[in-house]
Amino acid sequence: MERLVLRRMQGDGEEMILNFGPQHPSTHGVINFMVETDGEVIRRAVPDVGYLHRSIEKIGETVGYPGFMPFTDRVDYVAAMFANEGYALAVERLLKLEAPPRAQWLRAVSCELCRIASHLIAVGTMTMDLGAFTPMLHGVREREVVNDLIEALCGARLTYNYHRIGGVAFDLPEGWRDRTLRFLDHFDRFLTEFDRLISFNEVYVKRLAKVAVIPAPLAKDYGLSGPNLRGAGVDWDLRRDLPYGAYPHFRFQVPVGKGFVGTRGDAFDRYYVRCLEMAESSKIVRQALESLPEGEYLAKVPRRIKPEPGEAFARVESARGELAYYVVSDGTEKAWRVRARTGSFTAMGIVDAVSPGLMVADLVALIASLDVVAPEIDR
Amino acid sequence: MTPPSDPLPPTFDPRARAARRRARRALAWTLAIGLGLPGALFLGVLVLSPLSDAKVLHGLVGWVTLGRAHPESWSGGGQLLLRVVLLALLALVLVTFGAVISGMTVWWEMRVSSRMQSRVGYNRVGAAGFLQWVADAVKLLLKEDLVPADADALLFRAAPYFVLVGFALTFVALPFGESLVAAPLDVGLFYVLAVTALVVVGILLAGWSSNSKWSLFGGMRAGAQVISYEIPAGLAAMVPVLMAGTLSLQGIIRGQGPWPWQWFFFENPFALVAFVVFFTAQLAEGNRTPFDLPEAESELVAGYLSEYSSFRFAIYFLVEFGNLWVMSAVAVTLFFGGWQVPFVGPETFQAARGAGDLPGLGWWALEALSMAVFVLKTFVLMNLVIWVRWTLPRIRVDQMMSVCWKYLVPFAFACLVGTLFWEILLVEVPAAGPATGYLLTAGFLVTAFFFLRLTYRNLAAVGDRIDLSNW
Repeated sequence: MERLVLRRMQGDGEEMILNFGPQHPSTHGVINFMVETDGEVIRRAVPDVGYLHRSIEKIGETVGYPGFMPFTDRVDYVAAMFANEGYALAVERLLKLEAPPRAQWLRAVSCELCRIASHLIAVGTMTMDLGAFTPMLHGVREREVVNDLIEALCGARLTYNYHRIGGVAFDLPEGWRDRTLRFLDHFDRFLTEFDRLISFNEVYVKRLAKVAVIPAPLAKDYGLSGPNLRGAGVDWDLRRDLPYGAYPHFRFQVPVGKGFVGTRGDAFDRYYVRCLEMAESSKIVRQALESLPEGEYLAKVPRRIKPEPGEAFARVESARGELAYYVVSDGTEKAWRVRARTGSFTAMGIVDAVSPGLMVADLVALIASLDVVAPEIDR
Repeated sequence: MTPPSDPLPPTFDPRARAARRRARRALAWTLAIGLGLPGALFLGVLVLSPLSDAKVLHGLVGWVTLGRAHPESWSGGGQLLLRVVLLALLALVLVTFGAVISGMTVWWEMRVSSRMQSRVGYNRVGAAGFLQWVADAVKLLLKEDLVPADADALLFRAAPYFVLVGFALTFVALPFGESLVAAPLDVGLFYVLAVTALVVVGILLAGWSSNSKWSLFGGMRAGAQVISYEIPAGLAAMVPVLMAGTLSLQGIIRGQGPWPWQWFFFENPFALVAFVVFFTAQLAEGNRTPFDLPEAESELVAGYLSEYSSFRFAIYFLVEFGNLWVMSAVAVTLFFGGWQVPFVGPETFQAARGAGDLPGLGWWALEALSMAVFVLKTFVLMNLVIWVRWTLPRIRVDQMMSVCWKYLVPFAFACLVGTLFWEILLVEVPAAGPATGYLLTAGFLVTAFFFLRLTYRNLAAVGDRIDLSNW
């Protein structure tokens, strides 16, 4: 494969072929970019993915339905809650079952907290890739608190395995609601501090404004989703437009890129949409905790899950775009086919289209602003 | 959850006592090394550098031997030998000073940055992790000195020495105090700017000889950057030269006074701008954030350092952090009055020196005082550099170039021409200098007050508090 790409990239001999990865500090995991550069200017950058392929979809066909849940954590370990939720929703649709209201609220709470944690990593690593180390550690500091909260909720800090087919694994622990609300009070102030610290820093803005612009039609053509799509100015959010779970009951804004400092769809828009989304997630968590219904948190599900033959498709708004599961049952205890559609994979496709003409340093900004996570690309 | 209750009161717990004893011992070691080592080096500079004057040297030899030896009556060879021994000693002290100050700067920078980033930072080796730089140096020396298979081995091995030499040579002309300078060169500033340019040769060689694409990128970026920024740096440095009328670093300091309103920085509005230009250009020449493009970890892995390991890597590291001292010291010399001590004018030094060959004790005390003032100012400026590094992101290559050629160079030229007119104005209206000094100092104080108030408000808005307890 590499040889093939290299041969295709052979130019007039003036270019340098640079292997940007697989071990590189800012590829966010094990990804390779074959970059054809003319000095510092990129002629072309071809992503070469697959280094982290772990056959997770195939594993879904060899273990039972509930047994696959811990594996979904590994699809995107920065935002594992969404992978849990998507799979649980898909199997529930296969079983024609609905999680009890309390479970749905708890799913929303856990997912939005996870979104905050994931976006903190996304904006933090973005500032780090642009050379500012301090904001990243401030983000990680806040994420630690979210991790503590989620650990109190489900016992894990990274690979949560919290959602279950038909609900969630645990109810809220004692005192958790107050702890979370206290954190959110602090977090809202932190967001304004973060903006002052880095978001509108002159150097930072100059690095990101009008860089790696993805116009809305291009974003749609390449199937971008999530913050990357909204950063391009497309007003589309599954939580609002194709609502699932408890989301119809919450009021929140969908931040859309509008050229905050430069052009619509530039790297700064994609960055800042994430900053704004964190504030919205904080709102959702508050509303969910205030209106949390009483009752069961796990529906009555048979011990042996054997869905009728058929297929189900469920998609959720993950921190990295739409995370969709397609599950086909043949009537046995194991799925006949499990397929995951992830936001990072489609985001990688657009690198080839956007990169010509960028500087090497802009490629770093582009990758960071797309917020790709290597295991989610390859699964 | 309550912690399990301790069966013994902490005072009688043998393990706690042992831990306290260990902590006390670590503190004693740290204080001994942290104060003793730089203290000894500063003492060495204090004692040895005035001796480069032959009269003082001969006086000292006579004093040490209780008047039995008279070097001035020795043969030419004997006198030469004495001088060579002295200069070798002085050179050893200065290079060691460069290395030690670099190591301590690393520690200080890491402690400061860890406070800025809400993390603990160095705290393992010695009290407050102070000896971490020693541990790091030992670790680096023990590592394998690797030369990549396809590298140009000769150039690869030679490159660090260019860097080290360019760094170490600056100490020849860098003043530490009133008479504390290894060689009071008449063209001191020119010399310092010239030898620091050697560093970029080493970096370019490293980038080229490593035979790695990242190193090549880093080396080329460093070449473009350092050479470009030498122009605004040199032009801005000409402003104090014009004001003092000399290229000698000591002469430039003597042209300023001890009080802030007598510093060149405040005495001339053009010098104020020139300092900003000079400081920015120095950051770029020292490859410090936001100009750390040659190393740019997130873009170029480690830039020109990618293939280096062990001792050679340690040299680059040493020079990078040692340069912090050099750049701050040069800026203090040019713009902030250097070692000038309030209430102590040149007559006081002369009076304390006495008539004999060997200066009196009071003179040495005054020299030590001037050195303390100089070190303090340098330290303040070093903190500014550290603060900038841990606050700003990195700029892009094209932005780096446009900052230099579109902004810094024209501003530096404007300052140069402006200073020419300013000097003419001073001849016509001599009161303009002190008046500007008072005005700009007052303006600076007001700005500092508003800045500190804003900082405090920002901290209070997030519910943070200023916490210095964990040092």
